[in-house]
Amino acid sequence: MRAPAESAVLAGEVLLSVRNISLAFGGVKALQDVSFDIRKGEVRAIIGPNGAGKTSMLNVINGFYQPQAGTITYKGVTRSHMRPYEAAHNGIARTFQNVALFRGMTALDNIMAGRTLKMRRGFFWQVLRIGPALQEETEHRLRVEEIIDFLEIQAIRKVPVGRLPYGLQKRVELARALAMEPDLLLLDEPMAGMNLEEKEDMSRFILEVNEHYGTTIALIEHDMGVVMDLSDRVVVLDHGAKIADATPDEVKRDQNVIDAYLGVAH
Amino acid sequence: MLGQFIETLIGGVLTGVLYALVALGFVLIFKASGVFNFAQGAMVLFAALAVARLAEIMPLPFAVAAAIAIMIALAYAIEFFVLRRLVNQEGIILFMATLGITYFLEGFGQTIWGSDIYKINLGIPREPIFLFQEVFPGGILLDREELAAAIVCAILVAVLAVFFQVTRIGRALRAVADDHQAAQAVGIPLNYIWLIVWAVSGIVAIAAGMIWGSKLGVQFSISLVALKALPVLILGGLTSIPGAIVGGLIIGAGEKLAEVMLGPILIRWFDLAGGGIENWFAYVLALIFLLFRPQGLFGERIIERV
Repeated sequence: MRAPAESAVLAGEVLLSVRNISLAFGGVKALQDVSFDIRKGEVRAIIGPNGAGKTSMLNVINGFYQPQAGTITYKGVTRSHMRPYEAAHNGIARTFQNVALFRGMTALDNIMAGRTLKMRRGFFWQVLRIGPALQEETEHRLRVEEIIDFLEIQAIRKVPVGRLPYGLQKRVELARALAMEPDLLLLDEPMAGMNLEEKEDMSRFILEVNEHYGTTIALIEHDMGVVMDLSDRVVVLDHGAKIADATPDEVKRDQNVIDAYLGVAH
Repeated sequence: MLGQFIETLIGGVLTGVLYALVALGFVLIFKASGVFNFAQGAMVLFAALAVARLAEIMPLPFAVAAAIAIMIALAYAIEFFVLRRLVNQEGIILFMATLGITYFLEGFGQTIWGSDIYKINLGIPREPIFLFQEVFPGGILLDREELAAAIVCAILVAVLAVFFQVTRIGRALRAVADDHQAAQAVGIPLNYIWLIVWAVSGIVAIAAGMIWGSKLGVQFSISLVALKALPVLILGGLTSIPGAIVGGLIIGAGEKLAEVMLGPILIRWFDLAGGGIENWFAYVLALIFLLFRPQGLFGERIIERV
C-alpha cells in the first residue's frame, strides 16, 4: 500500500472529524453546527430525509463547498475548509449522486483518469512515451485491470461510458474512485435507481472494498435495509442539523429519527 | 488554365493555413475545457496590436517575447476573474462569458494600443517567388509571407499534437472538458489546466495575429476574419487538431477556387454578377456539413443515450 501523505492513522482511530460545520447559501441553511467523526476502517452512513444536507456534507468534506464556520480535521491536520485538489491528493475519493463520468471516454480511460495523481513521470518521458513513462502506464494499467476484474466489468472496458446503462455507469464511477487507492471513499447514493440484483452486487462490492483494502467508507443511502446491513455507525441529518449519531440499531429506535422520517404532530 | 488553377489552389491553401491557425486556438480551448471560446478572434487582434505597437519601441523579437508575457498574463486574468467563478456552470454560460471577453478585449485593446491601422514588418521580402516558369507561362506565384505562415503553422501543429498525445496530460484535458466536478474529484487541478490552455491559445493567437497583421495591417477587421474559423471548425470537428488544419486548408482552397472557377460560370450561364463567392462559400459548406456530418471530418462521434 502507499505511504500516507500525513501522519499515519491506525485502524479504529479517528480519520476525519468535522466540528461545528455551518454552511449557508444565501438565506438557506444547508448545514447547521454539524459535528461527527469517521474512524479508520469503518463504514459510516449519513442518512436523512431529502434536503437534509447529506450531499452538502460530502461536498464540504472533499472541498467543493467551503463552510462558513467550523473545522475539518483529516489525518491529524485541522483546517477551516478543504480544497478539491488537496482532498484528492490526500486520499479522499468520491462518487456522485447523478453519476459524474467523463462521458466521451471509454470505461477504461475513465478509470485510468483516477490514476492521474499516481502518475509521476516527468513531461519529457510522457511526450516520448518510451522508457519509464511507458513502463509507468503499463504498471497503472495492471492496477486498473485488477479493479476491473474485481468489479466484474471486463466486458465493457472499451465502451464509451455514455452508452452504458445506469447501473454499470455507477460501477465504472466506483472503479474510478477505487483507482485512486483512497483512504477515505465517499459514496453519494451508490444504489440510487438500481434494481434488487444490482443493489446486492453493489453492497457486496462496498463490503469487499472495506474488508479487503481496509478502505474507510462514508456513504449516503436512502435504502434503510442497505444502511442497516452495511454500516457500522450512522449519522442522521434533518434540515441541516444532526439529530442522531449511533449504531444502526439504536438509530432505528431513536424517536427523533422516526419523527424526522415520518413527520410529527405539532 | 492549369497554371491558373494551381496558382489559385496554392494561394487558397496558404490562406487556409491562416484560418487553421485561428481555428487551432478554438480547438485547444474547446478540447481542454469544453468552452467554445468566441473571444479567440479578439485575442488574435489583441495579440497583433500588442506586437505591432511594441515593435515600434523595441526590436521585433523583444516585442514578440513581451507579447507572449502579455498573453500569459491575460490567460491568468481570464482564469482568475471569469473561469474560476464559473466552474460547473453550463457550457452556454461559459460561452456567454467568452462573448463578454470578446467585446472587452476589442475595446480594451484600442484603449491601450489605439485604433489606427498599424504595420507589422516581419522582415520577409515582399517579392513573390515564381515557380515552374518553364512549364507554365508566367510561372506560379508564391507569396513568401504565406509560405512562412505555412511553416510556422506546421511547427505549431506538430508541437501541439505531441502535447495532446502525452498520455496523462491528454487524458486530464479531456476529463476537464467532459465534467469539471468529476475531474476535480480525481485530483486534476482545474485552474492550472485552464491557465495552460488559455496561455497556449494566446500564443497561437500571436502567431496568427502577426501573420494576418503583416498581410492586411493590424486593424479591427482581423477579429472579423477570425470568424472564418467557425466554418473551419465545423468542417474539421470541434475537438480535432488535425481537423482544424485540414478544415482550414479545404475552406481556404475551396473559397478561392469557387471564386475563380464558379464565378465565371454563374456569369456566363445565369447572367449573375458572380462576385462575393469567397464571402459565403465557407458558410454554405459548413451548413452542408452540419446537415450530414455534424461531428465534422475528424471530430469525436457525438454519443447521446436517450
